[in-house]
Amino acid sequence: MSMIEVNNVSMRFNMAKEKHESLKEYFLAAVQGKLQFEEFYALRDVSLKVEKGEFYGLIGLNGSGKSTLLKVIAGVYKPSAGSVTVNGSIAPLIELGAGFDMDLTARENIYLNGTVLGLTPKYIDSKFDEIVEFSELRDFLDVPLKNYSSGMVSRIAFSIATITKPDILIADEILSVGDFMFQEKCEKRMAELMSGGTTVILVSHSIEQIERMCDRVTWLEKGRVRMTGDTKTVCDAYKALDQEAAT
Amino acid sequence: MRMLKAYCQDFWRFRFLLQNLIGRDFKLKYRRSVLGVVWSVLNPLLMCLVMVAVFSSILDMRGSGIDNFPVYLIIGQLLFNFFNEATSTAMSSMLSAAPLIKKVYIPKYIFPLERVCFALVNCLFSFIALVLVMLVTGAKLHATAILAVYPLATLFIFSLGIGLMLAAATVFFRDIMHLWGVFTTALMYFSAVFYDPMTMGGTSAELLRSFIGYNPMYWYIKGFRMTVLYGQVLDFNTIWVCALCAVIALVLGLIVFRSQQDKFVLHI
Repeated sequence: MSMIEVNNVSMRFNMAKEKHESLKEYFLAAVQGKLQFEEFYALRDVSLKVEKGEFYGLIGLNGSGKSTLLKVIAGVYKPSAGSVTVNGSIAPLIELGAGFDMDLTARENIYLNGTVLGLTPKYIDSKFDEIVEFSELRDFLDVPLKNYSSGMVSRIAFSIATITKPDILIADEILSVGDFMFQEKCEKRMAELMSGGTTVILVSHSIEQIERMCDRVTWLEKGRVRMTGDTKTVCDAYKALDQEAAT
Repeated sequence: MRMLKAYCQDFWRFRFLLQNLIGRDFKLKYRRSVLGVVWSVLNPLLMCLVMVAVFSSILDMRGSGIDNFPVYLIIGQLLFNFFNEATSTAMSSMLSAAPLIKKVYIPKYIFPLERVCFALVNCLFSFIALVLVMLVTGAKLHATAILAVYPLATLFIFSLGIGLMLAAATVFFRDIMHLWGVFTTALMYFSAVFYDPMTMGGTSAELLRSFIGYNPMYWYIKGFRMTVLYGQVLDFNTIWVCALCAVIALVLGLIVFRSQQDKFVLHI
């Protein structure tokens, strides 16, 4: 059984030409027949399968639909067409620190964010030291998050998000956070999770990182799958595009 | 049935999130204020003082025969404030949860629910003010006061239903936020907060008496007063009106919210 099955998913956004955010405007426009929407497909007929224990990469240029696809898989968006089946628990690292409240301290945020990810307070209690240890921010635990640097925030966020043993880890550009020491630590943690049977989907613009870590890669272009296959084939083709564009 | 079960499981999984969100709101509300949670008591107390002063001296409404006007008034105030706070904060709940629901999957109804729960917590704290006013005015504590749980609980469900509807509507039309404030102010004047429509004299009183029964808030406040202030058991009419309004509001709220919730992410 595959961990994630994406079947012919399309994601349509209505880009209202003028945004109607008030009733009056809306009704006026509706009456005059001016309610125009420009349909925009962020994803079109995308299918892919991720097997258990795989390290799966998504590549593509900006605006090719990578993040949208991740959000569809994570359940944030409901696809306009097609279906997504996910077998297992997901730890979404789509944007680190979702649900952080900048006015609360790091300690309070660990609990808040942990429960956002569906953990129980008891579980967080038992892992609290581990989280703090990993983030190396023990001295700043009782400082409101607004006084943190963005690197520090992402350290905390990464530590919380990877404290469980999720079945699936969805990571969007997260390894670009922090200094190189912490990046190495993050990669090590992800490798640890992988050896425990976690499936990872990674989006990165660093093709070098994808080549190093992924087993299989899908290349998205303008919301469609351009190519799916083993890392080397797809990455080589993707890099060829680069040269094409350069010449 | 299966859907209901899935809903319950969802809720059970996220109950700690609900708890934590309420905790967060609580901390943020009182952070940096010297008196902190005391304000939840002091605020209604001061408001009550102002209104008692206004209505018993400047606009003489006490002549209309209300025993223990301060208690009568503060009950109306507290319940109406609960409704007002619950609905208007629930209304903006989806908008302020935007950063969260754009990134992680969370059952969306948790946000309006959290706001209504938080309003209830506040309301429970401010019941201390009610107790204080009762002590000062020497009001009797009736055994029937325990029955006040019923109007409060049904009011909670009623507010949740309205809150869900408003939250869903506000995502698409922000105007509602501005309109709702006006509406609740108008509603307040027709909820018998500081007058008793049954004993009120004057030409318009007859008209008011015939219409006020259509206002759910009137029934919740009335039920609460019956049990706490007058030591009466709830009558049949109050019981079914309170329940019916709550159920209708909740069912409508859930239907509206559910049918729209998948579109929220695209509009906030």
